[in-house]
Amino acid sequence: MTTLLEMRNITKTFPGVKALDDVSIAVRDGEIHAICGENGAGKSTLMKVLSGVYPAGSYEGEIVYDGAAAEFRDIRDSEDRGIIIIHQELALVPLLSIAENIYLGNERAQSGVINWQETFQQTEGLLKKVGLREAPGTLVDSLGVGKQQLVEIAKALSKNVRLLILDEPTAALSESDSQALLDLLLELKAQGVTSIIISHKLNEVKRVADSVTVIRDGATISTIDARGGDLTEDRIVRDMVGRDMAHRFPDRTRRAGEVLFELKNWNVRHPEHRDRQMIRDLSMHVRAGEVVGIAGLMGSGRTELAMSVFGRSYGRDISGEVLIHGKPADVSSVDRAIAAGLAYVTEDRKSLGLILEETIQRNTSLANLGAVAKNGVVEDFRETEVAEKYRRDLNIRTPSVFQKVMNLSGGNQQKVVLAKWLFTEPEVLILDEPTRGIDVGAKYEIYGIINELSAAGKAVIMISSEMPELLGMSDRIYVMNEGSFVGELNADEASQERIMSLIVRE
Amino acid sequence: MDQIEQANSEPSGGLGIGAYIARHIREYGLLFALIAIMLFFQIVTGGTLLKPVNITNLFLQNSYIIIMALGMLLVIVGGNIDLSVGSVMGFIGAFAAVLIVSMDLPVAVAIPACLVMGMAIGAVQGYFVAYWKIPSFIVTLAGMLVFRGLSLWLLEGQSIGPFPKSFQALSTGFIADPFGVGRPNMLALAVGVAAVVLLVWLGLRARSRDARYGIEGEPLGLFVLRNAIVAVALLFVTWKLAWFRGLPNVLLSMVILTIIYVFVTERTTLGRRVYAVGGNSKAAKLSGIRTERLTFLTFVNMGLLAALAGLVFAARLNTATPKAGFAVELDVIAAVFIGGASMSGGSGKIIGAVVGAFIMGVMNNGMSILGIGIDYQQVIKGLVLLAAVFFDVYNKNKEA
Repeated sequence: MTTLLEMRNITKTFPGVKALDDVSIAVRDGEIHAICGENGAGKSTLMKVLSGVYPAGSYEGEIVYDGAAAEFRDIRDSEDRGIIIIHQELALVPLLSIAENIYLGNERAQSGVINWQETFQQTEGLLKKVGLREAPGTLVDSLGVGKQQLVEIAKALSKNVRLLILDEPTAALSESDSQALLDLLLELKAQGVTSIIISHKLNEVKRVADSVTVIRDGATISTIDARGGDLTEDRIVRDMVGRDMAHRFPDRTRRAGEVLFELKNWNVRHPEHRDRQMIRDLSMHVRAGEVVGIAGLMGSGRTELAMSVFGRSYGRDISGEVLIHGKPADVSSVDRAIAAGLAYVTEDRKSLGLILEETIQRNTSLANLGAVAKNGVVEDFRETEVAEKYRRDLNIRTPSVFQKVMNLSGGNQQKVVLAKWLFTEPEVLILDEPTRGIDVGAKYEIYGIINELSAAGKAVIMISSEMPELLGMSDRIYVMNEGSFVGELNADEASQERIMSLIVRE
Repeated sequence: MDQIEQANSEPSGGLGIGAYIARHIREYGLLFALIAIMLFFQIVTGGTLLKPVNITNLFLQNSYIIIMALGMLLVIVGGNIDLSVGSVMGFIGAFAAVLIVSMDLPVAVAIPACLVMGMAIGAVQGYFVAYWKIPSFIVTLAGMLVFRGLSLWLLEGQSIGPFPKSFQALSTGFIADPFGVGRPNMLALAVGVAAVVLLVWLGLRARSRDARYGIEGEPLGLFVLRNAIVAVALLFVTWKLAWFRGLPNVLLSMVILTIIYVFVTERTTLGRRVYAVGGNSKAAKLSGIRTERLTFLTFVNMGLLAALAGLVFAARLNTATPKAGFAVELDVIAAVFIGGASMSGGSGKIIGAVVGAFIMGVMNNGMSILGIGIDYQQVIKGLVLLAAVFFDVYNKNKEA
């Protein structure tokens, strides 16, 4: 097998920082090559060098692509040679149709007049290839993230892709959508498309990758050939974090106390389509010191459940009862829910959890500003003390609490969101995908924090799409499907297979 | 993002003056721009700009823009805009004229009535923006037309005036000098000195507190230089005012209002929450902040200040005219953006908006002295606005 791409001794320096230090990577023609590394390790920078976002000359080292030295001046340059990058945040225009999105900037046109017939026909062909059964005229807005991902891939195919780069393609996808995407990658491989996939999900890497390059602190640590069979998740993790992680989850001692949180006969309807019942007569309870997981596919109503409980932030015609310590709690608005002892760490930290332009300090105090104020006047020295305390307790890595949160890595941003909610001194924490898109080391730390919370007698509800995480952390797991619980498993009887079969059986 | 994360993991502290200025280029740039523009007009007008009578005029002419810029800053920080303020200001002037001149109501009754009317107008517009989620651009565009029309209707196309002396004092009055020296006005001088002492004391106190909590502050040299410039400017202005008629009433109300709004925006939970709503309203809402109510309040506040501006403006002209407040909203909005507020909400400072308003004011005044036609004045003001915002965006891009 020949080498399609070789990046040799790439060094990229930003003022004062060496983001990449002598990184080399070789990708064979027709393989799926995974790049693993913690956030901030330099993966994205490397891909930006490759795709011409950082033009030739702004870095040291050389790129050999398809047998010749390549010096890309910009993204167009690399796309012309068949290198297409699909970013983690999808770059589709929501209010344009699938076909319009696919040929955006690359329109099927003669002297500026678009040939719609050709556009739609070719789109249909592409959609068939990626296995997306939607009409080409469908607005992208109405598609789920999984399907949007497929549209992105179809778009790449329309540009005669030879080397497809996917940055965290499954981070926002459900289990089944992820599987479908990985299958598609394997199929494309069979058709001769080479892929580079950046991923934190090691089971997926293991499933599809032919070789794996691990990057740490801007340097290549190892390249592992998966076909030889010496690829194990532990090996990758070890290379990524530079230490042996015997346990992916910290040990926790289980000591559940009294029932702390209870939900009875909860019903929620869709905010716009009133006839759609999103949550159906659902009841649950969580004991003090217990971590309860909620498993389910995307769209099963997990986030809708959490948001509707948390100050009726979702849905309409909400009925049912919330009990905290056995007494009815008023959760009819967010501030009342907080006062009742609830906290909700949102699934999407950037758009729902944080004010990115603000400092760590101000994000930390946001949900409980009154506690650092006297007569409505904020006492900023107390606010600083609070932020510093959580910086230490949660090990938020930052030069100071006056840093804007947009400058932090995903894991540290998530810790700021946790800090914000811990400062409200909640009794019940609902964590919605608490470790999405953050690296292995930071995940471990977040698990540690969750364990400390439950040890302190809080009730923790954890919604997660990552089964190993649910199984590793929960004392008890509710399995959700189409707005109601279809099963309840104790930690010792739960397994991925049982959870999936409960979902599928319904 | 990788490089940003790493760039920020650099140890901070021990920054030089140059690096500090580079990081706060917006604040210092604004101050230097104001000084440069003033020096420029001082020279080309042959010294007229900074004559005592003209300095007094500068304050009188721009007071209503500054007053409204305070409210507009909050509206814009909250992620909205208010296009109606010029019309509302004109309408309130007309309303005051009808109450006081036509209906002969006492000034002490008419003024509160006008302020309440302003708040009611703000409340109606805020209601549609906050609770019905209609874009503020549209709601206030409607308001702009409605209140322009209503002031024409109230005045029946005529000017109404003059106002009684007690009403004129709102704008053209001067504070009596208790020392009774005459010229120079001792009160003006005393206020100038007191203001300098107060500012330096507050600055030093903040510095020592920053040091205690390990907050990286302004380098000492820069602190001294900046305070020296501000002190000289303050003393210079009060000295000049002292040689005319002393402190205008409206200057006092402007200063007090500015201090109140600086305090509210920077120190209170209320102000901080407005920034949060503008920064990310969904995150703010999910943090228990009542975002709708805050948006509503920013508009009520804007209505109140537009009403106050209308009274001040009518008092200065001593008549209510159908053209009062025409296109003033554009000057006010420009002042806020020149002052560094972001169009998308969540950032901007009161002091920035006030300095921005002064920049507009000095340019208006200087160009009028030079006899530059209104046509060129508009062109130049437009270009200054564009340049200021370009400077912002340019710096932001360089940072990233």
